Amino acid sequence: MTQTSGKPMNDAEMNFEMAASMGLSRAEWDLILDRLQRAPNLCELGIFSAMWSEHCSYKSSKRWLKTLPVDGPQVIEGPGENAGAVDIGDGLAAIFKIESHNHPSFIEPYQGAATGVGGILRDVFTMGARPVALLNALRFGAPDHEKTRHLLSGVVSGIGGYGNCIGIPTIGGEVNFDPSYNGNILVNAMAIGLANSDRIFRSAATGPGNPVIYVGAKTGRDGIHGATMASAEFSDETESKRPTVQVGDPFTGKLLMEACLELMASDSVLAIQDMGAAGLTSSSVEMASKGGLGMEMDLDLVPAREEAMSAYELMLSESQERMLMVLKPEATDTARQIFDKWDLDFMPIGKVTETGRLVLLKDGGVACDIPLDPLVDDAPEYDRPQADVPSRPILASDSITSDAGISALLRQMLATADLGSRRWVYEQYDSQVMADTIAGPGGDAGLVRIHGTNRGLAASTDCTPRYVEADPHTGGAQAVAEAWRNLSAIGARGLAITNNLNFGNPEKPDIMAQMAQSVLGMGDAARALDTPVVSGNVSLYNETDGKAILPCPVVGMVGTIDDIDKAVGNGLPHAGLSLVVIGQDQACDDGWLGVSLYARMLADAPDAAPPPVDLDAERRHGLFVQSLIADGHVIAAHDISDGGLAVALAEMCIAGRTGASITCPATGNPHGWAFGEDQGRYILAVQDGNAVMAAAAAQGIPATLIGETIDTGELQFGGGDVISVEEMEHLVETTIPALMSGAGHTEG
Amino acid sequence: MSLSGLRVAVIVFPGSNCDRDMMVAIEQLAGRRPSLVWHKETTLDPVDLAIIPGGFSYGDYLRCGALAARAPIMEAVLDHAARGGAVMGICNGFQILLETGLLPGVLVENAGLKYVCRDTSVEVVEGTASPFTEGLSPGQRMIIPVAHNEGNYFASDDDLQRLEDNGQIAFRYTESDIIGPANPNGAARNIAGILSTNGRVLGMMPHPERAMSPALGSADGATMLNATLQALAA
Repeated sequence: MTQTSGKPMNDAEMNFEMAASMGLSRAEWDLILDRLQRAPNLCELGIFSAMWSEHCSYKSSKRWLKTLPVDGPQVIEGPGENAGAVDIGDGLAAIFKIESHNHPSFIEPYQGAATGVGGILRDVFTMGARPVALLNALRFGAPDHEKTRHLLSGVVSGIGGYGNCIGIPTIGGEVNFDPSYNGNILVNAMAIGLANSDRIFRSAATGPGNPVIYVGAKTGRDGIHGATMASAEFSDETESKRPTVQVGDPFTGKLLMEACLELMASDSVLAIQDMGAAGLTSSSVEMASKGGLGMEMDLDLVPAREEAMSAYELMLSESQERMLMVLKPEATDTARQIFDKWDLDFMPIGKVTETGRLVLLKDGGVACDIPLDPLVDDAPEYDRPQADVPSRPILASDSITSDAGISALLRQMLATADLGSRRWVYEQYDSQVMADTIAGPGGDAGLVRIHGTNRGLAASTDCTPRYVEADPHTGGAQAVAEAWRNLSAIGARGLAITNNLNFGNPEKPDIMAQMAQSVLGMGDAARALDTPVVSGNVSLYNETDGKAILPCPVVGMVGTIDDIDKAVGNGLPHAGLSLVVIGQDQACDDGWLGVSLYARMLADAPDAAPPPVDLDAERRHGLFVQSLIADGHVIAAHDISDGGLAVALAEMCIAGRTGASITCPATGNPHGWAFGEDQGRYILAVQDGNAVMAAAAAQGIPATLIGETIDTGELQFGGGDVISVEEMEHLVETTIPALMSGAGHTEG
Repeated sequence: MSLSGLRVAVIVFPGSNCDRDMMVAIEQLAGRRPSLVWHKETTLDPVDLAIIPGGFSYGDYLRCGALAARAPIMEAVLDHAARGGAVMGICNGFQILLETGLLPGVLVENAGLKYVCRDTSVEVVEGTASPFTEGLSPGQRMIIPVAHNEGNYFASDDDLQRLEDNGQIAFRYTESDIIGPANPNGAARNIAGILSTNGRVLGMMPHPERAMSPALGSADGATMLNATLQALAA
């Protein structure tokens, strides 16, 4: 039944106007005509448009992604597969990736977020890994914006709705607010799985004649052309696109996960690919082209949920919980029995061919017959122009002053949405299912026990968009450094990262500069910290009515700790401990206030440079903290980030419900000292402060003994300037619940 | 009987997601892996304890536990219970036991209208007679986490009074220094777990299988499950 005439029978020829409506440029349309030597039909044009969309082709970012370090002795699988894989020892691989679902989540927050989680989980178990942890990175508009409450509430319950049901713990994440996200929220979901290093499944089709099998849920008309929607700017009309948002079914997702993992334990699967963005199109094209082969499918055999679906609709649907596999022919019956057991569709719909073409049959005719090479190899790659990034001045630490004491400013700062406890959010996520969670959300990094061992897998997601906006290169490096610090602070060593590049319209030179420069910064940091990038996702066109978001290149870092019993949290458990700041020397009586939360609160964030990132220092300080924790010298640890030293101390006091007495420097600007956001620093609570100071001195690492934990229930700065731990706890615990209950909320 | 001689079955529905956790917990305590019994089975080999684990059986479509209560295996579980066999339902398992009628009352949506996952302090109620509580001390407090959207126990005042009078309330949420209200879901009379009239069937919302060691935040779940296994082995 193979037909390779190159001329499908049953569809009208398309023209440039149709191509333009699917987001293709004139040059791209001309390239299609040249490669086909004829005009495509609707189905073929849809396939080109999806494969050449920004979402699938990375046409604006590819040039810059190629600069990232992707190799290392720990790397088993770098970018290009469904997810990245790193060797974590003992014959195991950690397989992980982060992916955005920004546009769908703004249109339909519950389903958009839920399917984001479902999609990233499929990317991980497609590789043969059992997912063991979820994280996320979320950005919403101003806390008092009319849509924020609705969007935050819907996204959080969507993330929980999928993750809780499928039974994978959500162990970490971040939630932040900024008015630039009012019309374009960010929802990035990350999944981590574990597999035997020698049992990792890939997507390249093999063996002409081998059966191509469709498994999972049926195909409906949901999400058609979602990849193209994700590659365009938003406008006021976008919300009318609600019907294009995919609908998730975590129950079917759970069955599909169990059935796939059961099948993969047998020796049946040659290649497997999740049907994510651009559904059957991208899965079939990628499998065939990676194998250097062709594929033929009979679309009449695709299990459909709705009547009379066209070839175009079947190929572009983004219905969830579906997979495409190439099986060993003799294993088909075994595989069918497994999917029958789980009550899932299992349908041979085609075969691998040697033609190098994608041939689709429908209603007895050929609906599509196109060569695969142009779809993948000729996908456009742009070197888009970049604007110069203006260098910002360094803000003198005494240029913003206030007569208020440290505790008064701390009180004001802790009451903001930036620093409010995320408990309202993360208590809606099951963080403990699988019964291996050692540290869930709320700490520096999440930590799960590697099942059946005493080793742990740690992870954190991080980005500070205001730093990236101020200096993209530094901001990109800072995201990696902060993730590294978060892992180090619990005692874990970062191994590799996944990234999610969220930016505005790359056709604008200033946005393009944000992306390119932050990727370069991220690459520098990943090289310096030995944490190569093994997977990632790019989300561009995050704009509404021409206004871009604050740039947000999120880093998800994964690492290990050899003994979970050595891991520490950030709560101060009792009085009588010494507090040591690592990464800051005794003479430091000043601090970096440019682009800090302090500057934003007191002076409406004047243009200034963000704190510089010293990658060599980050590496040495992190390794030092990791070794102190491994040797059992540390009772609690916390990295210093948003809000500086004073906020980090407050968070440690609150988490452990214990006070601290701090010695303030006699000279310099006390506010710079307290609230400066200088990088590369940690606070450690230790039994023997002098021993830790000596160890730091021996390695040439700056350190300062700043005080001790006390039993008065107060955080004291220099004796007279005092705030109670109870009050601080009340401040951070009430902000988000009050926001979400509508208190102080301005309805639009 | 030694604990390793105990025969324990964990029922697995499509959508169960705490089945493995419970299997691991029981194996940790008894030294023997319980059998996993698939929902399509129609018979249950003789067991000393049948456990219905947490999760989202059949996606919790229609109503939590409603479809699972009518699964083929549940006939055999009901027969086992009718013979005086011990049955323990955790979270979704509790919801399923209510749907079968083995336990009275209903679990409705949490008072906060949100899913809640956090530690709770659970107190052993005085005056019960059951293998699940006899090895624990009345008033004993245990830190055991909950994770559910529908854990708000509700029954008529008469039924609640009857539960009190018959010693059928096994566990209540109680004050502790955990952040947030003691009762995480608005359950009537702070009920966290209840017993059948003969004390042989327990349904509870907290997940003891998640509190199996200090590294997991609490070992009180191990204490509770161990007491149950010891009582059944005696």
